[in-house]
Amino acid sequence: MIRYTIGRVTSLFLSLVVASMVIFAVVEVVPGDPAAYMLGVNARPDTIAALRTELGLDMSAPERYLSWTSGMLRGDFGTSYTYRTPVTQMILDRIVVSLPLAILALGLTVLIAFPAGIYAASRRGKLGDMGVMGATQLGVAVPNFWFAMILVLIFAVKLRWVSAGGFPGWGHGILPGLKALILPAIALALPQAAILARVMRSSLLDMLGEDFIRTARAKGLTRRQALWRHAVRNALIPVLTIIGLQFSFLLAGGIVIEQIFFLPGLGRLIFQAISARDLIVVESVVMLLVALVIIVNFAVDLAYAAVDPRLRVRA
Amino acid sequence: MRLPRSLLLGALLTALFLGGAALSFVWTPYDIELLSIPDRLQAPGWTHWLGTDQLGRDILSMIMMGARTSIAVALLAVGIGMGLGIPLGLTAAARRGSLLDEVIMRGNDLIFAFPSLVIAILITAVFGAGAMNAIIAIGIFNIPVFARLTRGAALSFWSRDFILAARVAGKSSARISVEHILPNIANLMIVQGTIQFSLGILAEAALSYIGLGAQPPTASWGRMLADAQTLASIAPHVALVPGLAIVLMVLGLNLMGDGLRDLLDPRIRVDRT
Amino acid sequence: MSLLSIQGLSLAIGSYDILHDVSLDVAPGEIVAVTGESGSGKSMTALATIGLLPAAARTTGRITLEGQDLLSLSEGQMCSLRGARIGMVFQEPMTALNPVRTIGDQVAETILQHEAVSRAEALDRARAMLNRVGLPEDRFPLSRYPHELSGGQRQRVVIAMAIALRPALLIADEPTTALDVTTQARILDLLKELTQDFGMGLMMITHDLAVVAGMADRIVVMQQGRVVETGPTMHLFQHMQHPYTRALFAASAHQVNLPPAPPAAPLLQVRDVVRSYPRPRRRLFGPRPVMHAVDGVSFTLHRGERLGLVGESGCGKSTLTRALLGLEPVQAGEILLDGAPVWAGNHPNLEVRRKMQVVFQDPYGSFNPRHRVRRLITEPFHLLADPPQGEARTARIAEALTAVGLNPADADRFIHEFSGGQRQRIAIARALINDPALIVFDEAVSALDVSVRAQCLDLLADLCRARPLSYLFISHDLSVVRTITDRVMVMQAGKIVEQGPTEQVFTDPQHPYTRALLAAAPTLPDIKKKTANAP
Repeated sequence: MIRYTIGRVTSLFLSLVVASMVIFAVVEVVPGDPAAYMLGVNARPDTIAALRTELGLDMSAPERYLSWTSGMLRGDFGTSYTYRTPVTQMILDRIVVSLPLAILALGLTVLIAFPAGIYAASRRGKLGDMGVMGATQLGVAVPNFWFAMILVLIFAVKLRWVSAGGFPGWGHGILPGLKALILPAIALALPQAAILARVMRSSLLDMLGEDFIRTARAKGLTRRQALWRHAVRNALIPVLTIIGLQFSFLLAGGIVIEQIFFLPGLGRLIFQAISARDLIVVESVVMLLVALVIIVNFAVDLAYAAVDPRLRVRA
Repeated sequence: MRLPRSLLLGALLTALFLGGAALSFVWTPYDIELLSIPDRLQAPGWTHWLGTDQLGRDILSMIMMGARTSIAVALLAVGIGMGLGIPLGLTAAARRGSLLDEVIMRGNDLIFAFPSLVIAILITAVFGAGAMNAIIAIGIFNIPVFARLTRGAALSFWSRDFILAARVAGKSSARISVEHILPNIANLMIVQGTIQFSLGILAEAALSYIGLGAQPPTASWGRMLADAQTLASIAPHVALVPGLAIVLMVLGLNLMGDGLRDLLDPRIRVDRT
Repeated sequence: MSLLSIQGLSLAIGSYDILHDVSLDVAPGEIVAVTGESGSGKSMTALATIGLLPAAARTTGRITLEGQDLLSLSEGQMCSLRGARIGMVFQEPMTALNPVRTIGDQVAETILQHEAVSRAEALDRARAMLNRVGLPEDRFPLSRYPHELSGGQRQRVVIAMAIALRPALLIADEPTTALDVTTQARILDLLKELTQDFGMGLMMITHDLAVVAGMADRIVVMQQGRVVETGPTMHLFQHMQHPYTRALFAASAHQVNLPPAPPAAPLLQVRDVVRSYPRPRRRLFGPRPVMHAVDGVSFTLHRGERLGLVGESGCGKSTLTRALLGLEPVQAGEILLDGAPVWAGNHPNLEVRRKMQVVFQDPYGSFNPRHRVRRLITEPFHLLADPPQGEARTARIAEALTAVGLNPADADRFIHEFSGGQRQRIAIARALINDPALIVFDEAVSALDVSVRAQCLDLLADLCRARPLSYLFISHDLSVVRTITDRVMVMQAGKIVEQGPTEQVFTDPQHPYTRALLAAAPTLPDIKKKTANAP
């Protein structure tokens, strides 16, 4: 177990380093002169020179990379060129919207997909299975942002159950905040839940074909008992992989969905930064998103070991 | 052999959109560059089967033109994913356990940490927006999908005796990969290709919706939805039609993929007897 | 009074008739062996008894256990019988246990399923049962996971699960087929003991007549879904009535006559070969321990000689085979064929490779399913500098197919059109097509039914008479090696522990391991060998 964990931590660290190098290279090296790029074609040479100094472009690329990454390790993401405020603060203001949205959506995904998948597998070939499979086939095909538009149309515009968008902030308590996030979370979660339910079902069906299920049945377990006690936990192993991947889709999908619900999250920040050519903000937010994905997948790796004793090597 | 019903339905839906896209090269009901403000936001009817948008353009014609963009982007992205992913996966499997295998697989893991959207954001921030971004962003994300799948499937063949027999016959790993393994995993790749094609349609729509994909005047379903967003409450069809087009196209491809898997994969067919 | 009584059992799945009018009885404390080749319906009979048939199966007839008709019971009632009154042990111990739950948990589950006892008590009783099947507490605590146990140990856990509630009837479906011969002997002993101690009836499904002979009180012989003969073991062996029983027995004891080997002239020379693999570190920064899969092996195979190699799984025979074929380099020592090394520098020596061919175990996995026989058997032509083309090629294909008893027209068929035995013939044709100096048979007849295996052995003997054939015959099956080789080597833990003329090694083994192997191998009763050889 300890060796497995150390292996995963090493891999986590390496992934973060390589990912940061890739992002740095794309944003700061490929464009040639980031300062000239950020200011556009009409910029005066002295403005460009000033920005070059400000960005530390007189330093070599490796030096800049080191100063960027060591800054991030200290929690300093630099200063936004357009807003003249610390990027760290801007990110902190936005991530309290984006991260809860992704987590809420992930929770909903699992909450919907597990029962649906298990139910479909236990009713294999019967009407219930066909119903779930038909619904998920449709769910997989629905673009989440379009689904979000429809939800807004129905629940905010027509029924007026919730507001069409905006975010009150967490200052007024948890509930108003959650209420603003619930519709976006549903829009994000349903299509992903359809995918996960299908994976859960097929993984369970694979397990139900295994020899150890027959052994369990020979002990006198009913079909349902064999499914719950022996198939579900084994089926989780491939399902966990998909959950890890889905987190990245939910995080990225959130950036799109935020546009529809006027949520002040990372999505809005990054689109403003792109149109303002504020590479410092883009670079930092992208690094943050990628780091979150890597960390979640690291957590998934650790969850494997909790589920599968074959990964815990006995000393 | 009896064709699976899902395959027929899926192929029908897919053919409908492919046909519409192909037809748009020679004919569309109306010219979509022709704006006609008096005709704007008409509901579906006899003159405009699927209605008109806020600029009076015929929505059916725009759907046909948009299908072209969607299909082109998604197909090219699948091409990138297969073209690079399959050789990488075959190489990793042929050199399993080696440093090269490790590098390829770790590289794949790393790409998985960059969702298409994030890649598109990076490219757009540095090079500006365009349909090409969508192709590259989705294509890059497809590479590890195919590489992993290829490696896994190829590995299961490398342990088979007929591969050993080919090695005893003195054939090189590269030759064995192409001659013995590739034909045996081709079905799997076709099925996955169909699935990635459908995911590509969804991703392209999302990217052009937020303005990171195809730019006007290129018609695209995502852009149509972005334009429709503020109009949805007064003219729901401008939001419903492009959305339904995406749903049906993706549904068709997925059904076709499932049907193909049932048809091509003998292991699954045995399972059902 | 019989414990289990099956009367007139017929079974169909869809339009396929699996069983016809099967009847058999098992008394308390009695071991009844149900035997036959693949497709005989023996496993389906077992599954019907415990009520775990595929959902599509339709049955008629009666299966009575302790006076209760099992076929008329509801699924719920069957569940309360399974595990409590009927236990079952399966063939494949590696997959029969849930990999994510401990062995204690899985044995205790049988008890908890049927009796209202506390978890602690169930675990206590599981402990006692594991002790009883030979898994003592100090080495096998309840907290062990299946992956930490060997195949034989896992089979013991499965047995403990099946007998935890002392069922009246135990069904064992090929319980030792996947195990090594020494492990098999111990598991069979355990099953015999348990049957006596618990007074259970044991219904034992096996294809191996030798196992049956040493184990069963009574035998039921099945063929294509029918019981063809039944009777007390010794009586049945002495008075076989049905032609199928006789054929099965003859095939099990089949012997071939090899032509005498030519005078010794070295063909393959193996000297001090070592092949080792690094193993995972025990401690985080400790050194990586090395496993010597092949540890200083030396031997010589002479031209025209038929050499056997026997050993249990993990003894290193597969690794040695790969090294001989030049598929992997060795760390030390040398392998010479006709005086030339099979591995030259960093590459396998193609000159040598073209003189060697191999036949593998699995008749289903040995061929690319997408190619026709013509292409499959000419694959070794790749090794030739100037492979035959056109007419010459067709002639060579026809020649190879004819040599193995197939038709030249078979060249245009796909592999799935052939049976397992025919596929092994095609594999031999592929091995012969380049007229190699040496053929390696790697468990080449192990996956075949006895009658098909006998035909394949005859084919090998015929080939030996027709041409000077030198081969290395690798097998775990001692009786096959005894008849098909001139000389034999015994391998254990990477080393050759004994080698010598086959008959001498079998009749007068020197090394303790050879003796243990021979003692563990089940044998057919002697009396029948005479009748089998008579015609």
